[in-house]
Amino acid sequence: MDFIMNLPFATIVLSLFCAVICFAFKDKKARFVSYFLLIASGIMSASVIFYNLSSESGYFVYRMGHYDAPIGNEISAGLLEPSFLLLFEVVMLLSLMGGSHRIMRDVEEEKQKYFAIMVNLTHASLAALCYTNDIFTGYVFIEVCTIASCSLLMLSKRTRALVAATRYMIFSLIGSSLVLVGIILLYSITGHLLFPQLYEAIGTLWSTGEYTFPLTIALGLIVSGLAIKSGMFPFHFWMPDTYGTATPSASGILSGVVSKGYIFLLLKIIFRVIGYEVFLDSKIHYLLFLFGICGMIVGSVSAIKTNNINFMIAYSSAAQIGYIYMGLGLGTKAAIVAALFQIVAHSLTKPMLFLSVSGLSDTVDGKQDFATLRSSAHNNIVAAVSYSAGALSMVGIPIFAGFIPKLLFSISAFGHGIKTYLMLIALAISTILNVLYFLRTLINIYSPAKVESARKTIRFKNVPTFGVIVLLMSALNILAGLRSQPIVSLFEKGLELFINIR
Amino acid sequence: MKNKKFSSLLKEWYEGNLSFDERMDSDIHKKETAETEEKEIRLVKDVEKAEKELTSKGYKFFSVIFCVILALILILTVNFMPLFADDSTPTANEVYEHYVGEGRDQTGAVNTVAGMILDYRAFDTLGESFVLFTATCAVLLLLEQSKKQKVKEKESFTFSNDPIVCTIVKIITPIIIVFGVYVLFNGHISPGGGFSGGSVLGAGFILFAMAYGEDNAAKIITPKIIRVITICSLSFYCLAKSYSFFTGNEFNGIHSIITPGTPGDIVSGGLILPLNIAVGLVVCCTMYSFYMVFKRGRLD
Repeated sequence: MDFIMNLPFATIVLSLFCAVICFAFKDKKARFVSYFLLIASGIMSASVIFYNLSSESGYFVYRMGHYDAPIGNEISAGLLEPSFLLLFEVVMLLSLMGGSHRIMRDVEEEKQKYFAIMVNLTHASLAALCYTNDIFTGYVFIEVCTIASCSLLMLSKRTRALVAATRYMIFSLIGSSLVLVGIILLYSITGHLLFPQLYEAIGTLWSTGEYTFPLTIALGLIVSGLAIKSGMFPFHFWMPDTYGTATPSASGILSGVVSKGYIFLLLKIIFRVIGYEVFLDSKIHYLLFLFGICGMIVGSVSAIKTNNINFMIAYSSAAQIGYIYMGLGLGTKAAIVAALFQIVAHSLTKPMLFLSVSGLSDTVDGKQDFATLRSSAHNNIVAAVSYSAGALSMVGIPIFAGFIPKLLFSISAFGHGIKTYLMLIALAISTILNVLYFLRTLINIYSPAKVESARKTIRFKNVPTFGVIVLLMSALNILAGLRSQPIVSLFEKGLELFINIR
Repeated sequence: MKNKKFSSLLKEWYEGNLSFDERMDSDIHKKETAETEEKEIRLVKDVEKAEKELTSKGYKFFSVIFCVILALILILTVNFMPLFADDSTPTANEVYEHYVGEGRDQTGAVNTVAGMILDYRAFDTLGESFVLFTATCAVLLLLEQSKKQKVKEKESFTFSNDPIVCTIVKIITPIIIVFGVYVLFNGHISPGGGFSGGSVLGAGFILFAMAYGEDNAAKIITPKIIRVITICSLSFYCLAKSYSFFTGNEFNGIHSIITPGTPGDIVSGGLILPLNIAVGLVVCCTMYSFYMVFKRGRLD
């Protein structure tokens, strides 16, 4: 069964290869290549998970070339890497299929093949970000991911999307350049690029006290660069415009997958490069904790203020990402497992919300303000059902996936002095705010309209794939909420591997 | 707004009639046609709107503060860094010694840089060449105009009637292209390689297109040729490196048949020469298609 150790590298190369093949296509058939790729890589990631679960160490390193580290390149896979890649693949596939009818409408016909190319490249870079064991390889694929995700936004016919994509590009490039400067500083004081050697060198430098200042700055730059790219407060201002104007599949992929890919790389760097002890010792996590809490509150307040349903969901993304950083910032293992579960819950929910909102706004000719959307639920029942499931999950109602991370966060909060109170109060306020804006939309779309306006009724049989996909996503959401224990224990095992195995 | 009672404000908010957010213009989701001229007008409007949002005082203030603090921190950091090119720097470690000491014998490349980027760390270079591919696709999807649209030929400045430029380019283009090919093929022996050779080659073709007119250039270097070259070189890179990654791990039980050869020969260095050519072709196509798309809005 050693053959399975080839699969992580096969996933990366296959997705690069598929991107190149799509370039040869002339029409929109290219998206079937993307479907094939995502399904195939999903199977590969699942088999890597099972291989690692059954193997003794649960972790392996794969040499990329003929030379051992630190001379050559490496990739590595434990339990967390394939699990998150599998999650990303499932979410990408679902949001791509569910939004395919909108892609055909929103994107010019000749440019639809580029959508498939960019999805394949995004997948390639996410796979590389998950599996990489080399910080520079990580940077190279951050670049690919930045350009590809920005292109996904630009593909919309709306001119406003171009402006939004430019803004996203600027924020994203600030993030990448900070990461690059951080990597350069780190290389100059350690002389290594591969994770295991970097870990050793950083540990020695930190304990001897040599180059402490540049080391702190380098780590700070890398962490903040990745945080900016994933949309941490106060760098979340690109979110409403980009998610509001792009085609729903692109919004779903961006919010559910791409920003989480950066967070996963950050997590990998924290544990495999910086080291858990040095990370806690350097006090960077206090910043993450504070910004995370601010993001939770500010994102929710902005979501209350806006009148556009897509903007509201985008701001709620900022709040949800705040939760993740709060967990990382608390720094205990339990809190990090909660943050990991938050990634899962958010990735499963956000694309579903974007898709179902597109279904709702299609009934009123694409408008997105609450006054017009009133009572639209009766014209598109499937979208309304999945929107309700998504909204309840975001609020944190039991049986939905969004409940579990909130529970885990609250449990992990106890016993940390002032941080306990900060965290519990922030969780309470943010949950109340979530209820306020999500239930407002829910009640609004179900209540009868005051003014009669032209509406189009969309039935299940008009767009069957959309209906099946959003219902499937709701079912997945409930499944993750009901059967959370296996996932949590998988994450706990994976985190142990992250911390202990070198 | 101030005179109203809280309860009525709440009702208005709940029904979605109260707007705090200036950006909430409901027309952003109107169906839009793809007529080029209309699109340009709309784009200008949207940019103006976005500019207005960005020129709010708080935004400016915080961005300046952010930049100043970042610059100060980075300048301060330089003070604490190890000396550049000193023998005692942390970068002068076993990795560096290995690359310089054994690189020639292990990879077969006299040019150590080529050995590093295309053999020791070939996976990174695979990623880099895909950065170029991604960029090409992004530029094409953004700027390429569809054939259906009748694009007004904008008056643009061409050199094709200029006697001085034309004559010089006629003499110089073949030399540049030959030099580019030389740099490409000697990447493993002398300084140069895929990225530099490819950009020389691309610059040669761009000069050619500038002097003889883009129309004539597009007849010779058709979009199909560009597409075929890009696809073939990137696929070759993927497949070649897959073979080398696959055979590089002993548990697969296959040994690579590629040998470094005699360092210094033109056919040596294993995969480095073909990979250099593939990277060079990708770089050349990327540069040339950037020029054509920015200048004409399409490749053909």
